Amino acid sequence: MAAKRRLRVLPGFGLSLGYTFTYLSLIVLVPLAAVFIKTSSLSMLEFWNVVTTPRVVASYKLSFGASLAAAGINTVFGLMLAWALVRYTFPGKKLVDALIDLPFALPTAVAGIALTALYAKNGWLGQYLEPMGIKIAFGPWGVLVALVFIGVPFVVRTVQPILEDLDTEFEEASASLGADRLQTFWIVVLPIIFPALLTGFALAFARAVGEYGSVIFIAGNIPMVSEITPLMIITKLEQYDYVGATAIAAVMLVFSFILLLIINGLQAWTARRTGREV
Amino acid sequence: MSIEVKNIRKSFGNFVALDGVSLDFPSGELVALLGPSGCGKTTLLRVIAGLEQADEGTVLLEGEDASGTHARERRVGFVFQHYALFRHMTVFDNVAFGMRVKPRRERPNEAAVRRKVTELLELVQLDWLADRFPSQLSGGQRQRIALARALAVEPRVLLLDEPFGALDAKVRKELRRWLRRLHDDLHITSIFVTHDQEEALEVADRVVLMDHGHVEQVGSPEEVYRHPATAFVYGFLGSVNFFHGRVDEGSVRVGDDHLGASGGDVAHGAEVVAFARPYELDIVTGSDATGGVAAKVTRVLSFGVTARVELDGINGSAGQHFEVELTRERALELNLTEGQEVRLVPSRLRVFERSVVVAAGVGVPQ
Repeated sequence: MAAKRRLRVLPGFGLSLGYTFTYLSLIVLVPLAAVFIKTSSLSMLEFWNVVTTPRVVASYKLSFGASLAAAGINTVFGLMLAWALVRYTFPGKKLVDALIDLPFALPTAVAGIALTALYAKNGWLGQYLEPMGIKIAFGPWGVLVALVFIGVPFVVRTVQPILEDLDTEFEEASASLGADRLQTFWIVVLPIIFPALLTGFALAFARAVGEYGSVIFIAGNIPMVSEITPLMIITKLEQYDYVGATAIAAVMLVFSFILLLIINGLQAWTARRTGREV
Repeated sequence: MSIEVKNIRKSFGNFVALDGVSLDFPSGELVALLGPSGCGKTTLLRVIAGLEQADEGTVLLEGEDASGTHARERRVGFVFQHYALFRHMTVFDNVAFGMRVKPRRERPNEAAVRRKVTELLELVQLDWLADRFPSQLSGGQRQRIALARALAVEPRVLLLDEPFGALDAKVRKELRRWLRRLHDDLHITSIFVTHDQEEALEVADRVVLMDHGHVEQVGSPEEVYRHPATAFVYGFLGSVNFFHGRVDEGSVRVGDDHLGASGGDVAHGAEVVAFARPYELDIVTGSDATGGVAAKVTRVLSFGVTARVELDGINGSAGQHFEVELTRERALELNLTEGQEVRLVPSRLRVFERSVVVAAGVGVPQ
């Protein structure tokens, strides 16, 4: 007897899957593959030499370190922002809600120029900070500030819907069982929103790693100190060293992929631990 | 433990949820707060639990003023309508939660927690589900786990907010009986909120009827059902027939028909609504019959233990719909046919002034 085909309300499984794969290949996989193919024109030793020059290694440290730190900062403050937006009503709430998306819409160069103007020695904030010995613009801290700025929306927008669905009943149940505020937050609320928080972290991190426009204005681009990896790639390109540029790009890709894989694994692990379907 | 609330007032914006409610819940009783949605019953329960602050009034737990204390200090077990089980914890961890969050010096050791949780899960007969997550449980099981979790902190009182509201009819009936038995074993002062009159009358020792933020009547199920104090209570508990008429020299007149004695102290000429339960009406046939109100049979349902007859009013009571419950014998004897004109004679009537009935929002005042 022939297996009966499952009836679905909306048909087209084969078509949509085929389309998805074609699309994904054209837009994502083929260009990425090209990076590795181009890189493979280097010998192993050449490749190793290109990607481990001290200046490039310093840029990896800054790019990945600052991106992780920025994503971490955004996770904490993004959660607070989302919490305030979901739980409280205050004048201008709609405006604040709209402002959160601004870093998405703003050309990153504009953000970079604005931040630089603000934190430079003669800027609004810089004129007070520099005398105190806090130098933000034209240094690694500037990179961090720019990356925090562009990453704001990710955590807020991923956590917000989860918080909206989170019934206050859970907190009330926790309180009526004798838990104090801190326990209610750590044991009841945080585990529920943790997967969303992790997603927000991953997105903010991924965005920060790839960021170029806003960072180059504020970073000062001092070799070994405040150069980010994308800048190293651009520098190579400007010197017509296409193979060197793709080599660094390939390293960046692999790093990013591994980190995102780890975050995804963490997510699956928490989901399993808390009885949700993966 | 006894609970007393005095003069509780609470409003949300312009909506007055509780308008000066004073009640006394004696120790060890199972009390139902019964009323239509929006009557303030859940708000009252939340005020007692400390999840909501009253605008005015005091809550006394064991004679002690608890109005200013936080929910976590009141030692009140609260069971939510939608269970509010922590979905990221197993059943075991849910039940153990209350014990594990205690301050370090009061916290029982892990072995004691384990013992107590097992004991509670056995009490709710779900010990075999300890390692499951809430999402893997049925509604009835979740509600029992929620109850076990609330009992784990040895609460002084147990408050249940529509505990069976989200369950299907069969499970609801089972759990109702189970809750009653559990209460008989534990004798913990319990208050549960419901809008289902059958549930309240069947389970509770005492029933508190509420409407529009007021207490309408307090009494045993028997009392409130047999002797409803107000038009609202009469209309809310069980089905009822309404006769819109006028008092004329001590009897109720519906159009040209004499329904029966008005009783009580309703003034002559007052517009009234007379209430009668379906089993308090008899049907009289024959053209020579004169008492009661004329009506036409529209449907006879005789499949149950009793026969139900639906009728439409004619003449004075035109446009009204009546329901009569007869014994099977009486129904056979009458041999009613659809469209037949008969007379309805009440054996018992409660007469309320029309204005009172309209204010209570029961019946179909035209």
